[in-house]
Amino acid sequence: MTNAKGRFGIHGGQYIPETLMNAVIQLEEAYNHYKEDPEFNRELTELLNEYAGRPSRLYYAEKMTKDLGGAKIYLKREDLNHTGSHKINNVLGQALLAKKMGKTRLIAETGAGQHGVATATAAALMGMECVVYMGEEDTKRQALNVYKMKLLGATVIPVTTGTATLKDAVSEAMREWTSRIDDTHYCLGSVMGPHPFPTIVRDLQAVISKEIKAQLQEKEGRLPDAVIACVGGGSNAMGSFYNFIEDKSVRLIGCEAAGRGIDTFETAATINTGKLGIFHGMKSYFCQDKYGQIAPVYSISAGLDYPGIGPEHAFLHDSGRAEYVAITDDEAVNAFEYLSRIEGIIPAIESSHAVAYAMKLAPTMDKDKIIVITISGRGDKDCAAIARYRGDKTISDNE
Amino acid sequence: MSKIKNAFSGGKAFIAFITCGDPDLETTKEAVKAAASNGADLIELGIPFSDPTAEGPVIQGANLRALNGGVTTDKIFDFVVDLRKEVSVPMVFMTYANVVYSYGAEEFIGKCREIGIDGLILPDLPFEEKEEFNDICVKNNVDLISLIAPTSENRISMIAKEASGFIYIVSSLGVTGTRSSITTDLDSIIELVRKSTDTPCAIGFGISTPEQAAKFSAKADGVIVGSAIIKLLEKYGKEAPKYVGEYVHSMKAAM
Repeated sequence: MTNAKGRFGIHGGQYIPETLMNAVIQLEEAYNHYKEDPEFNRELTELLNEYAGRPSRLYYAEKMTKDLGGAKIYLKREDLNHTGSHKINNVLGQALLAKKMGKTRLIAETGAGQHGVATATAAALMGMECVVYMGEEDTKRQALNVYKMKLLGATVIPVTTGTATLKDAVSEAMREWTSRIDDTHYCLGSVMGPHPFPTIVRDLQAVISKEIKAQLQEKEGRLPDAVIACVGGGSNAMGSFYNFIEDKSVRLIGCEAAGRGIDTFETAATINTGKLGIFHGMKSYFCQDKYGQIAPVYSISAGLDYPGIGPEHAFLHDSGRAEYVAITDDEAVNAFEYLSRIEGIIPAIESSHAVAYAMKLAPTMDKDKIIVITISGRGDKDCAAIARYRGDKTISDNE
Repeated sequence: MSKIKNAFSGGKAFIAFITCGDPDLETTKEAVKAAASNGADLIELGIPFSDPTAEGPVIQGANLRALNGGVTTDKIFDFVVDLRKEVSVPMVFMTYANVVYSYGAEEFIGKCREIGIDGLILPDLPFEEKEEFNDICVKNNVDLISLIAPTSENRISMIAKEASGFIYIVSSLGVTGTRSSITTDLDSIIELVRKSTDTPCAIGFGISTPEQAAKFSAKADGVIVGSAIIKLLEKYGKEAPKYVGEYVHSMKAAM
């Protein structure tokens, strides 16, 4: 028997120090109150529309469709949001909630820096203090985003423990939250961590699938046959899937980072290589050794370089409702270049994992089928790293 | 009821935390023996975890050194069998939920009973989640130790009523580590605990000096010291057991 609160099947829960329990209980109470509050929802919708630029476009990728010769491909353009990714959807909601709760300070973890930039942005807008924890390794991979966060008035703290990546940034943000709770909200960036975070973040990201559904209805008069999104913790994927879960004809496909391959240790493909565990506040699947030590995972994508996956994804995997496939660094980089050339859209390296799978899937489907790929973010931040990966010396910085 | 109550039967208890395998299990064994022979009433043996989210930098370092040294849960079980031949004070494991869960809670906790481990502290297992482990602990006569924090407030009675072994009172917000001052109103917390249970309570997080040991043992039934001992292991390595013994002696003398 386990706590039924915040469970998705057997996954989820609240595996956190006692010090944080009242904080998450208060957060849950506040969220349950404000999510039904018309004034809160009006303010949030205004922020999403007027400030973040929603609704994001659902774009028919005609050239890509013709080139692949199969299913019709639509791109959900979360990359066009203010701050360049889907992360702003969640952050505006949580920052507004934190403000209503009387908090004056936001802390956050970040991998690729997109969630950190979004949090720093919301803090600037709402006049809140902001501290972002980022693995030292990632501060190097994503230096541009570090500068942006500083420019927006946030303090960026490089985390040097462990693998100095996203997992360690989450651990450090949790440690910081236990030391300062009264005035501080931990603005968690994905559908992970202890209850109520997986639910709050999912609800705030569900706007993605709500819009896809309405937009595709308008353009095609029907549901898509498949929705494809990349999965690290899994927030853009959860947002892209959520309103289609009951529509059983829609295949939901999450693309994990295989890194150098799921048969190597240099991978971050949690569903494909992990096992059941308890970490970062939740029961879910994690990459770990036989003694439960969390594995030092790897992906070219700092945003997917995480050893776990959100508990609702773990449940969708168990129930067979969603499929989780693994995409290697090489496949993602090819897709990054492919979408740039064929559609003139530079996707984030994270989103490129979803594009890569669509490139395999579309040719196997009939031309009257429809695939939606969520482009969770824009790829500007990745250009230097991909150039290095290809040995291109155009961007000659001193890194 | 396990042997843990014995730790509190002879006056105020001094509880020493040592990470297994930092820097190696031979040193851990000598350090535990030194602590016990100098008055430690209960030993908390840390099983290292790759990502110890409740620990400050000092104990994080111990976890890292131990894992780099190649220690595993199975090696620690074998080590305790050996240790139990020479150390009779109550001993508990302190680790993270995933270490127990991934081993199999039934297997792990059954092993605890078999090798003479009296209790289990899992800092990432709050009251709401304890059931899946506690039922197995009860069956094996292993106490699952409850923690109470400065932020527990309305939760104190609920936690205390179901506590077994001893109650770990977290002195301060934040993670483990030595602190120059502790500002929490521990008297009020302990008063609430006493109203709900006879289970003894010990204060941990931030205690390092004999003055603090005297002050906080006067409030509770015992004190828990981790980071200050780990600093000695960090500084002296294989030579640390002698210093650990001297340190425990000085703390115990002040209580």
